Amino acid sequence: MSVDQTTVAKIASLARIKMSEDELARMAPELSQILDWVEQLGEVDTSQVEPMTAVIPNTLRLRDDVIDADPLTGGDRRDAVLANAPAAEHGFFGVPKVIE
Amino acid sequence: MTELTELGVKAIRDGVAAGDFTAREVAEAHNVAVAAAGELNAFIVTTPDHALAAAEKVDADRAAGKQLGAMAGVPIGMKDLFATQGVQTTAASHILEGFTPEYESTVSQNLWNAGAGMLGKLNLDQFAMGSSNETSYFGNVISPWRRKGADGFGGNADLAPGGSSGGSSAVVAARIAPAATGTDTGGSIRQPAAFTGICGIKPTYGRCSRWGVVAFASSLDQAGPMARSVEDCAIMLGAMAGFDPKDSTSLDLPVPEWEANLSADLRGKKVGIPKEYRMEGTDPEILESWERGKEWLRDAGAEVVDISLPHTKYALPAYYIIAPAEASSNLARYDGVRYGLRELPNGAGLQDMYAATRAEGFGDEVKRRILIGTYVLSAGFYDAYYNQAQRVRTLIARDFEKAWAQCDVILAPTTPTAAFALGDKMDDPLAMYLNDVFAVPASLAGLPAMSVPAMLNGEGLPLGLQLIGKAFDEQGVLNAGLAIQQRAGFDAKPEKWW
Repeated sequence: MSVDQTTVAKIASLARIKMSEDELARMAPELSQILDWVEQLGEVDTSQVEPMTAVIPNTLRLRDDVIDADPLTGGDRRDAVLANAPAAEHGFFGVPKVIE
Repeated sequence: MTELTELGVKAIRDGVAAGDFTAREVAEAHNVAVAAAGELNAFIVTTPDHALAAAEKVDADRAAGKQLGAMAGVPIGMKDLFATQGVQTTAASHILEGFTPEYESTVSQNLWNAGAGMLGKLNLDQFAMGSSNETSYFGNVISPWRRKGADGFGGNADLAPGGSSGGSSAVVAARIAPAATGTDTGGSIRQPAAFTGICGIKPTYGRCSRWGVVAFASSLDQAGPMARSVEDCAIMLGAMAGFDPKDSTSLDLPVPEWEANLSADLRGKKVGIPKEYRMEGTDPEILESWERGKEWLRDAGAEVVDISLPHTKYALPAYYIIAPAEASSNLARYDGVRYGLRELPNGAGLQDMYAATRAEGFGDEVKRRILIGTYVLSAGFYDAYYNQAQRVRTLIARDFEKAWAQCDVILAPTTPTAAFALGDKMDDPLAMYLNDVFAVPASLAGLPAMSVPAMLNGEGLPLGLQLIGKAFDEQGVLNAGLAIQQRAGFDAKPEKWW
């Protein structure tokens, strides 16, 4: 199943990537070619198998229920968190106005 | 005395410890090599002061009689996918240009703790998506290797150093760094290692912490070393690996003594040859290198047995659903709010800002993969694409499980061809993807896998052999790699033109 330009435009909008008509026209056949090729997975009988969830069996751990158990990833690091923000104001991330 | 830039990890570490030269002399020699190699475009930023400071600390520790670390005095290249505190970290993208982490990745911190220093941040394919290092926002890395054009044609064409760890492979092959970090999602350590005549190992998934590594496809991403010998890889992997509570998929296991336990005696070991890797269109010289590899391992005492990995042909299409799906999710964080680029057209609202930022900040290949990932995860297609791919992934892992009943380690080519010229495959994404056909199955199964150089082809370009091992058995992979290294006698290096 191939994707047309309208479908690519919809995906691009879902992925929040602005694309010109030219880009969409260029991308549609490329994506179609890739998607046509992955279609071959449909040949494989997978009725008896579960989708993989963990490639190496492992159990998720819980950390100690302590505030700032790991100081590196704990709280109280506001300035470090904001240090690379394109617009940090008053200790917050700045964004364009979202309420009219 | 041999030039210091000719020495590998072990030779530098042992030489510094013995007092044959100082760590500072080693760092200086490599800083000079880095500064002279601008034409390769292998570095995004260079950090000579970092290398010197680390070296001086090692020299001071030695003078004070302190115990030196496993990488003491070794200056390395750091793939620019690892967050390095105070040093720009870009993933070779525009969207992260100028991003200066407030923290250090676990793997890089482990290396500094072991006494290594940093020569610079290495160029790569943008967000590690590519097989030729042509998708970087900071330009192509050029391989130090060139074809020996007997007919006068193609002798000077710029070749791909492989990808995504192309800056890493280029500097190690060119004797600019004794070793470099790489990351492997679907072959990004092994394929560039094969293209440039060096060694590289991707350990078992979970051995190296992913904390502080820019995420591409989290269920596949693994860091590993790239160096010029199997011993050097064993040493550096030992320094990189280890349990990290900050990575939920980190393996809570002790790090084995890989270096101390290296042995090329393969008596009693069985080496599997998967018949499905003998694919149509594989370069005859690659097949020849594979034959030689079997002989070398037999000579080391191993028994060579035929095995079957029946779902091999489906690994690559499954990968090109799973990896883009995870990437589309991981790369959602680049929104122009928290870090990196922000594009805010006049009068734009929040949604417009997201879309404009991502349009400007991502390259074509990254956009392509985000779009594929978004598509295969979207309502109505999730089951047919994503779930089917994850089921196929289970079958691929099961193929390997069954194979381990018959063999201890698998031998296969690393790539279907030698290095290609820059520009050769950029117009055809699918042809580029096919370059990873032999590398991807081990990635999907989370298994340790290594590339070691085998021989030069008729054009004078290196070819690599791949060893795939059982989960947690990096030792078996390294040992078989060592047996090949000792018999292949590969000592070719690129002639300096840069």
